[in-house]
Amino acid sequence: MNTEAIKDLLYRMADDALIIGHRNSEWTGIGPMLEEDLAFSSMSQDKIGHAQALYNILYTSFGEKNPDVLAFQRAEKDFRSCQLVELPIGEYDFSLVRHFLFDHAEALRYSLLEASSFAPIAGLARKVRGEIRYHVMHADTFFKQLSTGSEVAKARMQSALNYALPFALGIFEPSAYEEALIAEGIFAGEARLQELWLQKITPLVAAAGLQMPAMDTAKAVYGGRKGYHSEYLQPLLAEMTEVTSIDPSAEW
Amino acid sequence: MSLDPRINRLDLKRVNDGEITASHLVTWEVFHQEKRGKQPVHAGIVHAATPEQALMFAKEQYARRGKTANLWVVKTSDVYTFNSEDEEIFETTPEKTFRDPAFYKVRERIEAFQAKNKL
Repeated sequence: MNTEAIKDLLYRMADDALIIGHRNSEWTGIGPMLEEDLAFSSMSQDKIGHAQALYNILYTSFGEKNPDVLAFQRAEKDFRSCQLVELPIGEYDFSLVRHFLFDHAEALRYSLLEASSFAPIAGLARKVRGEIRYHVMHADTFFKQLSTGSEVAKARMQSALNYALPFALGIFEPSAYEEALIAEGIFAGEARLQELWLQKITPLVAAAGLQMPAMDTAKAVYGGRKGYHSEYLQPLLAEMTEVTSIDPSAEW
Repeated sequence: MSLDPRINRLDLKRVNDGEITASHLVTWEVFHQEKRGKQPVHAGIVHAATPEQALMFAKEQYARRGKTANLWVVKTSDVYTFNSEDEEIFETTPEKTFRDPAFYKVRERIEAFQAKNKL
């Protein structure tokens, strides 16, 4: 099997999950209502759990550093997360739209990976299926509800969607290993995933009464998968690693 | 008007004046079923605008620990109860011990005795 190809895929997925989990956890305690505060916090914990499971595969199957080191002691340029996940939480409309766009892609990615020839990732995909199904249900419920609320709500959801979509397309930035991943039956590839994702979200956006931004003008924001990040990732990492960096070798 | 429901809910003057009715966020009674076939047990409430949202919140609030087979949500306003001043209609019930299912056990013993002694 093409080790580098699998490692690259695992790093993308793990870093996405860690960064979006950290970002979404910023809503803890300041969520719009108690029930939602709890639900959103719980889902961000799930994401961090997914990141840990993925780092653990890198550790056990490929001899990479242990999950704590991978999460907390890598430089910004080593992160393979897309730029969508590092954007600040903004207002709730943006955070929900990002959650909707990201989680649909994540759910589809894992469902493709259930058939992966790389057993550890196929096993994980089956294990997290229920959790991610809830995340998507949560996203769909809120997306539709806020988009069909008042005119102000609808306008805000539309502008959040217009802003987030080019970044969401960055999820599918092709890697150098697409052919190898497809040929070896590890993963169906980013292009296929993007196609499935568009098929999935387009009717949901329409059902919510919003307009899908025109694909020819929505230019994908690439770079994250190669370590080129926006100005927002470094401050996030600084905050996330604030405690561990006091004494990186401490036993917990 | 803010889209943030928290701000509206904390604006007590507007709530008291009836300007904000919070009708978009009603309460739902949540029932938790531990296993298939077991009766759902009342667990508490959630605030939500739709049945879907109520189930979604109930999952995190009442099914985040331990085992769960399913959840029910019922809009609180769809629950009918007696008036509390009518409570006396239940008053003498605890005295009617002959209705206690323990009496069926006595009946079984009597039947066993009768059968044994061919009475």
